Amino acid sequence: MFMLVPNKRKAVALISGGLDSMLAAKLILDQGVHVEGLNFYTGFCHSGHTSAIRNTVAKSRPKRNDALWVAETLGIRLHIIDVIEEYKSVLTNPQHGFGSTLNPCLDCKIFMVKKAFEWMQNHEFDFIITGEVIGQRPNSQLKKKLPIVANHSGAGDRLLRPLSAKHLSPTLPERENWVDRNRLLDITGRGRKIQMEMAASYGYTDYAQPAGGCCVLTDEAYSRKLADLWEFRGSKNYDLDDIILLKIGRHLRPMEHFKMIISRDEGETNFLQGYKKRYTSLELVDAIGPIMLVDGDLTQEDYSFAAKVLARYAKQTSPSEITVRITSSEGSTKDLRVIPFTSDEISKQWYI
Amino acid sequence: MHQALLDLQGLLCPLPVIRVQNKISTMMPGEVLKVLCTDPGTTVDIPCWCRMNKHHIIEQSTTNTTITFIIEVGES
Repeated sequence: MFMLVPNKRKAVALISGGLDSMLAAKLILDQGVHVEGLNFYTGFCHSGHTSAIRNTVAKSRPKRNDALWVAETLGIRLHIIDVIEEYKSVLTNPQHGFGSTLNPCLDCKIFMVKKAFEWMQNHEFDFIITGEVIGQRPNSQLKKKLPIVANHSGAGDRLLRPLSAKHLSPTLPERENWVDRNRLLDITGRGRKIQMEMAASYGYTDYAQPAGGCCVLTDEAYSRKLADLWEFRGSKNYDLDDIILLKIGRHLRPMEHFKMIISRDEGETNFLQGYKKRYTSLELVDAIGPIMLVDGDLTQEDYSFAAKVLARYAKQTSPSEITVRITSSEGSTKDLRVIPFTSDEISKQWYI
Repeated sequence: MHQALLDLQGLLCPLPVIRVQNKISTMMPGEVLKVLCTDPGTTVDIPCWCRMNKHHIIEQSTTNTTITFIIEVGES
């Protein structure tokens, strides 16, 4: 499947797991170019973690990595690269600013193409393919922004966007006839019709839902929680656990000095159990319900308050009192008997 | 048979795949790697990655929440 013909040109494709990058790679594969895929893991991809944790997410779809599925479907090799640490500087200090949320889309694209360019040079490949489509995204994929990605990444005219190539100046692979420009496309805009028709013609039916669905930084609620984390931590530091936890559960900050994370289903409860050595946790003793992690320096009064909030989510039929067990990160425990808050006593303002 | 061991319990996809990929890149064809995971997604992703790179899963089993893979490194 991966036999390489001598002197065959080699392209590295950025594979997000979505449809556009899949089709871009397919167009170049069909021209006889050797293609391998790169997928960069920043920690902010929505699908992987969430589907692994939550019970309710898309049970009809397999719990799979979409980029791997794309690569296997195309018959190409995929290299998944952990860029969590390097990506921090992109997110905390984006040179071109954020989009409508905490999404540094243009800097993110520059970063990924730059990484792909380095990979290309180290592995003696010839050019880079992306699934970018002119006008598909409000910022990073505007026609006037595409040269910024090519220039700031260092890739220059070794960066080919097969889906919109006919609207762009010919790149090196086109000028050198490594690929036939006539067989590239002229797609623009946010519409998906052409891509979906192409997918159907290739027999691709099980692809991930197209466009913008992967990065949680484009999600307003997620960005709000990240901003809250930075604000109350007093710095923009984060680690992988921080950004995973922002995807899980209800996040409530009733007071400035502490935050509560409450699981929403059994999958999240099981997952949050794994963080009991990092955070103080609260669990129901004589009722069925979620788990809560608390982040901050809480007083005894605060713990009583948090216990009442947790008891509100008990699945039992409103007993007058519920026992809540508080377990410190070191493992010491204390039981509190509390009367659950009513739903009216849980202020909507607390939700982050 | 000597087996290298990679304990990836608690990690969520795609991290288990990345760790397996990085570990196998340091191993020789024919060597064997035992991998422990807990993310159910690994039952799809690790076999997929192995097929793609011509490594062979000799054994795959699940006990309680632990998923075990025994992988023989191929001629990738």
